[in-house]
Amino acid sequence: MTKAELVKILNEKIGFSKKECQELVDLVFETMKEVLVKEGRLKLSGFGIFEVRHKKPRRGRNPQTNESMTISERRVLVFRTSPLLKKRLNESVSQR
Amino acid sequence: MTKREFVNYLSEKYPQITRKDMELVVNTILDAMIEAFEREERIDIRDFGNFVVKRRRPRKARNPRTGAEVDLPERRKVHFKVGKGLFRMLNEK
Repeated sequence: MTKAELVKILNEKIGFSKKECQELVDLVFETMKEVLVKEGRLKLSGFGIFEVRHKKPRRGRNPQTNESMTISERRVLVFRTSPLLKKRLNESVSQR
Repeated sequence: MTKREFVNYLSEKYPQITRKDMELVVNTILDAMIEAFEREERIDIRDFGNFVVKRRRPRKARNPRTGAEVDLPERRKVHFKVGKGLFRMLNEK
């Protein structure tokens, strides 16, 4: 699934124009990014929590050349599935 | 920030539609994503990130307190990997 498909679904389900739905889908994801950069945490109940974590620099290894190197300090984004969604995904693990 | 605050903020940024409609927009998007997870379909949002549903095979585990063996059934788990654009935004000084 891509943003284009989300735009199509939004247009079909709530009947706003294609153009408006495109703007809204872009707005939602752009604003999520903005909030995460500014505040570091976004909790969407029933869906999950996005959280920025700080990673300290650490020793690592380039798996291709086997050279050891330092992996720089960085911020990463983790997503934790909401308990509700976890439950929903595992009630019906069956057919594929 | 919570979902309610997020919807309020979106509503300030996009006053063309009502707050109630903005809430509907956010819920419709999240529901569509959840339905994709249920179909085990991956979701790619460019510059934001990817969501992939993976299956964990069934296994036996132990209750660490009692030592009793328990059956863990097959489970599905959502994995998220941050996209390039957002990774850069988070890491630029």
